[in-house]
Amino acid sequence: MSAPASDHGHAEPTSFTFTQENLELAKRIIAKYPEGKQASACMPLLDVAQRQNGGWLPRVAMDAVADLLGMPRIRVYEVATFYTMYNKTPVGRHHVQVCTTTPCWLRGSDEIVHTCKKKLGIEVGETTADGQFTLGEVECSGACVNAPVVQIGDDYYEDVGPEHMERILDALARGETPKPGSQIGRQSSEPVGGPTTLKAFTTAQADATTAQADD
Amino acid sequence: MLRDEDRIFTNLYGYQDFGLEAARKRGDWDNTASFLANGRDWIIDQVKESGLRGRGGAGFSTGMKWSFMPKNVTDKPVYLVINADEGEPGTCKDRDILRHDPHKLIEGCLIAGFAIGASACYIYIRGEFYNEGSNVQRAIDEAYAAGLIGKNACGTGYSYDVYIHRGAGAYICGEETALIESIEGKKGQPRNKPPFPAQAGLYSCPTTVNNVESIAVVPTILRRGASWFAGLGRPKNSGTKLFCISGHVNKPCNVEEEMGIPLKELIEKHAGGVRGGWDNLLAVIPGGSSVPVLPKSICDTVLMDFDSLREVQSGLGTAAVIVMDKSTDIVKAIARLSQFYAHESCGQCTPCREGTGWMNRVMQRMVTGNARMEEIDMLLQVTKQVEGHTICALGDAAAWPIQGLFRHFRPEVERRIQAYRNSAPLAAE
Repeated sequence: MSAPASDHGHAEPTSFTFTQENLELAKRIIAKYPEGKQASACMPLLDVAQRQNGGWLPRVAMDAVADLLGMPRIRVYEVATFYTMYNKTPVGRHHVQVCTTTPCWLRGSDEIVHTCKKKLGIEVGETTADGQFTLGEVECSGACVNAPVVQIGDDYYEDVGPEHMERILDALARGETPKPGSQIGRQSSEPVGGPTTLKAFTTAQADATTAQADD
Repeated sequence: MLRDEDRIFTNLYGYQDFGLEAARKRGDWDNTASFLANGRDWIIDQVKESGLRGRGGAGFSTGMKWSFMPKNVTDKPVYLVINADEGEPGTCKDRDILRHDPHKLIEGCLIAGFAIGASACYIYIRGEFYNEGSNVQRAIDEAYAAGLIGKNACGTGYSYDVYIHRGAGAYICGEETALIESIEGKKGQPRNKPPFPAQAGLYSCPTTVNNVESIAVVPTILRRGASWFAGLGRPKNSGTKLFCISGHVNKPCNVEEEMGIPLKELIEKHAGGVRGGWDNLLAVIPGGSSVPVLPKSICDTVLMDFDSLREVQSGLGTAAVIVMDKSTDIVKAIARLSQFYAHESCGQCTPCREGTGWMNRVMQRMVTGNARMEEIDMLLQVTKQVEGHTICALGDAAAWPIQGLFRHFRPEVERRIQAYRNSAPLAAE
């Protein structure tokens, strides 16, 4: 169902209804907050709505959240437009977000952005014609010792070089889910090649006697 | 170098499972009830004696902060809020606690919540940390199922709930009152203070907001004794600290080390040294993007703690060490941070909303040298007009990196301006 184009040139749907499953989820979310403080559920419910709606939030979805929580709609619009993770326009199936803040920039994030642009044939902020990929630049992803970092959907791809980026995009285009995390084989945030500390803790589970830090 | 026996975060790198059973084998949740049995004052005194200073950047005494909470509140709930909105550029330490050692955090939440008389705790996790938040939720579910939290937590008769609240992309929510606003379902804009959260915080109830690392170290401090923690590091700068070493090092990493470790030792022992050797070092931002940059001459000898770094007009901040070698365009590196702050200003205070944008535009021109010499002093003057004139510290955080740049690298900017004028005399006028 299409509707008049919005200010941004995309088609805004005219209605949004939470699925029964998401209504149940909404109830559980609202229950996390004290009685009368259900406005606290606004952010999580916007996230639920966005996920249900294929990754973006049309205004009717914001309205559905406002109505469910008994909030003035303008309050929900304020929240939805304040936080960067709410997409007010449609995004591709894969939302590729390259961190370009200083720690990632020092490790070559410019090249990663360049690789994505070239590979996908789009500029930052654009979506490929087939609706598969949206390219974005984001501010500090908070994984700086594994820079450059690229967030795709809910996953972080870390230690990403241009060649990894190409492989990741190729795999996504084929419908595969490339393995998130370090692309150069690191466990997580330890120095490449293995930790300088806590070497006794690099096995799946050290036995209890060495694991306890008691005197 | 800190001994492994003195490291708190033994699963920092996640080689082991983050779940309850493995956490217990690492010593978590061991007789937690006995700490609660010693009473609120005992816990607060222990944390005070340990010398623990907040790990979120400000470095205020954690025990002191707890002691500001009103006693004997009966007419309304009291809340503990955990700031897991990690996003200070360079910083990625709380992420490892959330995903690899969540039970340390949850046990700390119970102990800290009991100490301040709270009935519930909200852990505010940045929205991008989706998988990390899921690990924390799984750990919370395990803790409920095991009776460690919830009704009659750890069999003590004390009831305590722990919830997570996910952010949705806003650096400003790391500011404690913006974070509270965000949990209440509003835009994350900082509140005027007073009232401070201890008087009127979440839902206008007494609230303490603590950083993830500050809370996650508390159980181990109680287990091993305040004097153990106080004995590590230097006076008034005690304990261990998670450091994040990023940028131009051979092996970027997170590592837990003793407070007061020399910066050079930290980089060379754990991060494989500066790319191209120590002499190839240009500068280091020692505590996350908000603190002023230091040139190599200071990095040669400076110690990594609150007071040592303050003495050199910088700060420990979040202990996020951003290393830049001689290939770095230092002006661009700092200008990129100006862009960050302009993007993240919440827009509430005019000096910050207008100032961060203005400073960013001028800084971008400084990168190419497309500026007039007198604009340097004008820029520095504007940083002073933003600093200290806003509700929260984001304005300060935007001003300090620029001030640090000109304190140590002014000749480089002047050189660029001169070169630009020489090559394009008309454009410069």
